[in-house]
Amino acid sequence: MTDTLTPVLTANWAADRAWTLDAYTAQGGYQALQKALTLLPDDIVTMVKDAGLRGRGGAGFPTGMKWGFLPPPDSNPNPRYLVVNADESEPGTCKDIPLMMASPHTLVEGVIISSYAIRAERAFIYVRGEVLHVVRRLRAAVREAYAAGHLGQDIHGSGYSLELVVHAGAGAYICGEETALLDSLEGRRGQPRLRPPFPAVAGLYASPTVINNAESIASVPSIVKNGADWFAGMGTEKSAGFGIFSLSGHVKRPGQYEAPLGITLRTLLELAGGVRDGHELKFWTPGGSSTPLFTAEHLDVPLDFEGVAAAGSMLGTRALQIFDDSVCVVRAVLRWTEFYKHESCGKCTPCREGTYWLVQVLERLEKGQGSEADLDLLLDQCDNILGRAFCALGDGATSPITSSIAYFRAEYLAHLEHGGCPFDPAASTAWSES
Amino acid sequence: MSLAPETYDELREIAARYPQARSGLLPMLHLVQSVEGRVTPEGIEACAEVLGLTPAEVSGVATFYTMYKRNPVGTHHVGVCTNTLCAVMGGDAIFARLREHLGVGNDETTPESADGLSITLEHVECNAACDYAPVMMVNWEFFDNQTPESAVQVVDDLRAGREVTASRGARITSWREAERVLAGFEDGLVDEGPAAGEASLVGLAIAGENGWAAPPSDPAPAGESATVPADGKLEAAKEADTRRAEAETVAEASQEEGSDD
Repeated sequence: MTDTLTPVLTANWAADRAWTLDAYTAQGGYQALQKALTLLPDDIVTMVKDAGLRGRGGAGFPTGMKWGFLPPPDSNPNPRYLVVNADESEPGTCKDIPLMMASPHTLVEGVIISSYAIRAERAFIYVRGEVLHVVRRLRAAVREAYAAGHLGQDIHGSGYSLELVVHAGAGAYICGEETALLDSLEGRRGQPRLRPPFPAVAGLYASPTVINNAESIASVPSIVKNGADWFAGMGTEKSAGFGIFSLSGHVKRPGQYEAPLGITLRTLLELAGGVRDGHELKFWTPGGSSTPLFTAEHLDVPLDFEGVAAAGSMLGTRALQIFDDSVCVVRAVLRWTEFYKHESCGKCTPCREGTYWLVQVLERLEKGQGSEADLDLLLDQCDNILGRAFCALGDGATSPITSSIAYFRAEYLAHLEHGGCPFDPAASTAWSES
Repeated sequence: MSLAPETYDELREIAARYPQARSGLLPMLHLVQSVEGRVTPEGIEACAEVLGLTPAEVSGVATFYTMYKRNPVGTHHVGVCTNTLCAVMGGDAIFARLREHLGVGNDETTPESADGLSITLEHVECNAACDYAPVMMVNWEFFDNQTPESAVQVVDDLRAGREVTASRGARITSWREAERVLAGFEDGLVDEGPAAGEASLVGLAIAGENGWAAPPSDPAPAGESATVPADGKLEAAKEADTRRAEAETVAEASQEEGSDD
């Protein structure tokens, strides 16, 4: 029986000066790299496949399989690239940023091993620009890794060479979408590409490219060090391993909880001391604002890819935003919708125009104007957006709306009866006494 | 006025980090902001010249990203998260208080204080620190668990030129110096601040109290089975397995084209 919490990626975050090479090495860091360099690249791909690691950035695509999609070098002579998606911007998601601030070398080691496995000689970490100290820590880690011979030419005499660049973005949620990220990394507006071709075939500079979330890549050293069976022994059958669960909002001890996939919110809430005194859980997101809302009915849903999907949502990034009964769901949903409207890149009409109109209708409802028919109008608009754009941003915009109408229709109607929002926004603040 | 020759040198230095120079454009625009205080027409010209693009092409990129500013930014940039979670936890109240206190609207800059210091106020989207809500950013450094009072104190200290330190980060320098770091030039402040804040460590602490940990490593050295030569049958089975899995995945992938993992 695996323990309730299984710190691996978070295990060294409390160490003194954990971000430095000295501290990381003292904790056994870069041993996995040494071991990886004695293995054949394909053996590492196999190991990651066998471990069952699935993408930690939201979609849960099997990481090793993604690597396996690269065309054989003899059929495509272009250089291969590894790009790390560290653009963490999904509302509620806050796992990669603390990881890179506390232990940037975990990610750097993962980048080196993963690049070796896919035979890439250049890698990039695309980190969102709005996190200055994380950018500092990443750059320093890369500089230290070069100086120690973990990066650069002929790494530790293995004959393998790798150049790694830390690249800061400039504020655009859409760049977390993998093909928009690639366009952005090419110095363009960050707009998603039509697929196929997939990045494995034509990614960065139209060359074979693997793009993985930061937590996925950071998990690779632990797999190499401890074995595929070790990793697969945690979690559930199809959702192997551990992940960082981020609790935020109206809980007594918000923060990062690293646990095997399949843990429930009930267990996590117990560890976190429950919701605020005198209040009850009202709604929550299992994996960021783009994943349909859950309610107290879903406390026992196993938080793995299959369990959450079966209950009508998505595991996403394990961003558990907890809202208690002081929060107006219409206010919450309107704010998320304004976010999607602001962040829509404008490429696809259903998303660009649709998110604009969603905001108009929701604003009307929140003010207590409009009518019950507006709820059907909203659902119709969602139907016109869902699945009709190049990427999932528009789909994500519909998630909070359709799920909140399903669970809280009466609350929308209460705004009409009340002639406005019946909630006191002061009651939901962190400093509220009520 | 066109940019100094040293700036041109640094722009070229950024472009040279990449296999294709244009990849340097985002950090180059950060550098332009650090020397110009915003993205100026001269800065756009300079990037275009270095990369062999037209100014319109550079402009098209600069206007896409919210961190690039067309109006002059103050000494410090203060961003208050008003995405849903921070908003309900108090971000809306903090933003309203700062607007009133500073006498500016969203994306506006205060007049200079007696010390010649000014602040640009903006409401920002989720900054990946939800476990510290409500969150405020100063020059993109984290100020965690804010209240209207603490936020007012921070901006007053900034305008008075007093030393201000981020909750998880370094001493505050200036927005321009921050932009220089984002362009890829280190400022020597990496070792300031903690590795992690309290919320980042909460799960680790609970695991420690309960004696919980990940299981020990696999007994056999990992990867060994993969390097053992397999007989023909095994090899064939494995290959069939891979082919099937890949076929399934292609089908999945076409459904999941919006994946951001």
